[in-house]
Amino acid sequence: MTGRLKAFGAFWYDFVVGDDWRVALGVVLALAVTYGISQTSVPAWWLVPSAVAVLLPFSLWRAVHRSRG
Amino acid sequence: MSGGALFVAVFLACAVEAVEATTIVLAAGTTRNWRSALFGVGAGLGVLAVIVAALGPALSAVPLRSLRLVVGGLLLVFGLQWLRKAILRASGHKALHDEAQIYLDEVAAAREASTERRGAVPDWYAFTLSFKGVVLEGLEVAFIALTFGSNQHDIPLAALAAVTAVLVIVAAGAAVRAPLARVPENTMKFVVGVMLTSFGAFWGAEGAGARWPGNDAALLAMVPSFALFGLALTAWLRRTGDSKSGPSPAVTEVVS
Repeated sequence: MTGRLKAFGAFWYDFVVGDDWRVALGVVLALAVTYGISQTSVPAWWLVPSAVAVLLPFSLWRAVHRSRG
Repeated sequence: MSGGALFVAVFLACAVEAVEATTIVLAAGTTRNWRSALFGVGAGLGVLAVIVAALGPALSAVPLRSLRLVVGGLLLVFGLQWLRKAILRASGHKALHDEAQIYLDEVAAAREASTERRGAVPDWYAFTLSFKGVVLEGLEVAFIALTFGSNQHDIPLAALAAVTAVLVIVAAGAAVRAPLARVPENTMKFVVGVMLTSFGAFWGAEGAGARWPGNDAALLAMVPSFALFGLALTAWLRRTGDSKSGPSPAVTEVVS
């Protein structure tokens, strides 16, 4: 039973979070900060594309270095 | 977003996953038992239909801003995953998804498994192999189709794109009676990754309260920008060298 629950949890973790949890965390943080900025008079649209521009190369760089190590 | 972009995004995402599911079902059917494999396909599609039927009305009941925040965030995570994999494969840092090899592996495993009859299913192994293949490959696509469709208030068009992709791939698989190894899976994965990332970023930020310059027209800048960014990252990773499999034919596949 415990094994099945673990497998069920692992499936949903893999489905939602995927190979790199840092990317998922980065997306959540970017959306939270976007919400915070949108409550002010400062434009907030640029933050999520900027997060993509940081998160994707960072995740790729980690994957490449991990595969070499 | 135009209906065309919705159709293309859902069609390509569904086609990629349908190719992978077809490989598994072909392996189960040809080496074990076609009847059991097709029962597995039917049961898998049934489970997906129940999920879609339950989630569809639930999604349409959620306020649009909350829906866009949650769905946008999830699509952005999915999109970055797809892009990450496609770029690593295209730059030679990850092995290409080889349908022919996957088929051979599944066939070898299927030949070693014992046969067990359960109820109306003559071969339980063939049934579960097909069932899992259809459900696991189809779940993400069902989510993409539903969320794209509900955000654009056009679930029927998203469903049409998904069904068309499955029919095209199944017809191709039935015609060649072999895994669809020549489908440019990585290029399709790259395109879907770009679309999911763009729409996920757009809806997620909008749901979080941001206002896009030019409203929907911002997507016309984001899609090509993320595509160029992905290609530039592919080229950068190729230059870093020391890849696992050397120069990859998928690089030309993605770039072309």
